Amino acid sequence: MSTVEAVWRIESARIVGALTRYTGGDLELAEDVAQEAVAEALEKWPRDGEPDNPVGWLLATARRRAIDAFRRRAARDQKYALLAEADTDGGDGHLWDPDRIDDDVLSLMFVACHPVLSPEARVALTLRTVGGLSSEEIARAFLVPVPTIQARITRAKKTIAAARVPFAVPPADERKRRLGGVLSVLYVIFTEGSTATAGDSLLRQDLAYEALRLARTLAALLPGEPEVFGLIALCELTASRFGARTGPGGEAILLEQQDRRRWDFSAIRRGLAALGQATAAGRGLGPYGLQAAIAACHASAASVAETDWERIVLLYEALGRVAPSPIVELNRAVAVAMASGPAEALLLVDELVARDRLPGSHLLPTVRGELLSRLGRAREARAEFELAARLCGNEQERKVLLGKLENQ
Amino acid sequence: MAKYMLIMRNTDEGLAQMVNTSFDEMLETVGRFNEELIKAGVLVAAEGLDDAAQGVVVDYSGETPVATDGPYGETKELFGGFYILDVKTQEEAVEWAKRMPAFPGAKTEIRRVPGIEEFPQDNEWIKKERAWREQTGQL
Repeated sequence: MSTVEAVWRIESARIVGALTRYTGGDLELAEDVAQEAVAEALEKWPRDGEPDNPVGWLLATARRRAIDAFRRRAARDQKYALLAEADTDGGDGHLWDPDRIDDDVLSLMFVACHPVLSPEARVALTLRTVGGLSSEEIARAFLVPVPTIQARITRAKKTIAAARVPFAVPPADERKRRLGGVLSVLYVIFTEGSTATAGDSLLRQDLAYEALRLARTLAALLPGEPEVFGLIALCELTASRFGARTGPGGEAILLEQQDRRRWDFSAIRRGLAALGQATAAGRGLGPYGLQAAIAACHASAASVAETDWERIVLLYEALGRVAPSPIVELNRAVAVAMASGPAEALLLVDELVARDRLPGSHLLPTVRGELLSRLGRAREARAEFELAARLCGNEQERKVLLGKLENQ
Repeated sequence: MAKYMLIMRNTDEGLAQMVNTSFDEMLETVGRFNEELIKAGVLVAAEGLDDAAQGVVVDYSGETPVATDGPYGETKELFGGFYILDVKTQEEAVEWAKRMPAFPGAKTEIRRVPGIEEFPQDNEWIKKERAWREQTGQL
């Protein structure tokens, strides 16, 4: 990583945010001139030495390019003519306004996660503009071709412009709903990064940490929102297990077999503190807070047997009410199996099967196989594990399933 | 992500300038820098040390350790405080160190902090330390 990259990683959100404000809310132009400034820095800094004020250099360079663009567009668009005229102070002091920079970054987050965009576009645009990742990095992390990501980001910026999305923090009455949108994008990024799939697992972990970092930023810029702390807690507690999830050969290790000594307790401590913040708000926990509370039950237990499964069942029931989904139902069934035995859990799972709530997912037959196996119904369990292995797209997980199959 | 310690080392030259700076101004300057770290989501811990002249030095050169009052040897590059940051690369830690408010003459050393998970997990002392860290919520 060069100095340019390190500076960009630290400052990209603030640079793109300030430039978006400067260009009158033109995210596309702001992003383009910022990228051009970075490209120029990558070429010049190694040759001419680093500037004394790297951020100032990037901003001034980007601003010059923005002014060129204003002038080029002035003839055909009144807005740019005004912007070109307005820029008479000759410096960029007004660009880097410490009193506005936080709002710039927040506005950028809300715009990048705007509901007018498709979920995939929100993820790509957030990583690119707020996280400062390149299209190549995003493409590698999501295992898709680079042109796909580039096209996705370009289209997203055009959609934002066409829908005339204002570059601003949403007004109070809209904020709660829109904040949920931002959190869900960060959660999707985190989940994508924390799923052990094919591809470069370290790179994917970086993606998960990036989501966590952005959640911390959100908490610092928008204090007093319990669900932001709930998301931070969920990410910290989940990430605390990263080091124990894979064996020396890269094989997946399930929770019950994990060496809990390899859990990162610094992350657990931070996660529990964030959960405390979410709880202290006294408004009850939302979907992220509840999932974090479940993760906290695991994190504070010495083993699977010593885990407070009854509390986990209750938390899943609460989660099923605030954010109903078949996955939550399935996880509740797993917790019920641990708290009250496989027979009761099988009733819940069979209900999910009957209602065809998770078609094509390998998770349902995986859990059903496990329960049947514990009830001594080996032949039926084998059939479920076979089905699960067929449906499972992840090589590591499939190995675990085939192992279970052999043990029946 | 990895933890890096930014070790602040001040010098006589730097300390001499500190006298001319009001405490409130220093609090504000350092506070603003700390806030930047918090907003960037990278701050794990930070502490500053009291006056080096009030410290004691224990020297192990002789048969038995000898304690003497006062600052550590020459007052060049005294350890004055630290930050622990959670960042992706050493370059990123360096970039933050460049932004740290410091008087001319001061230096900051940047060192990676290995996690306890990098030590032999079967060692009884590592086990004990881990238990203590878990019980007390230490880093």
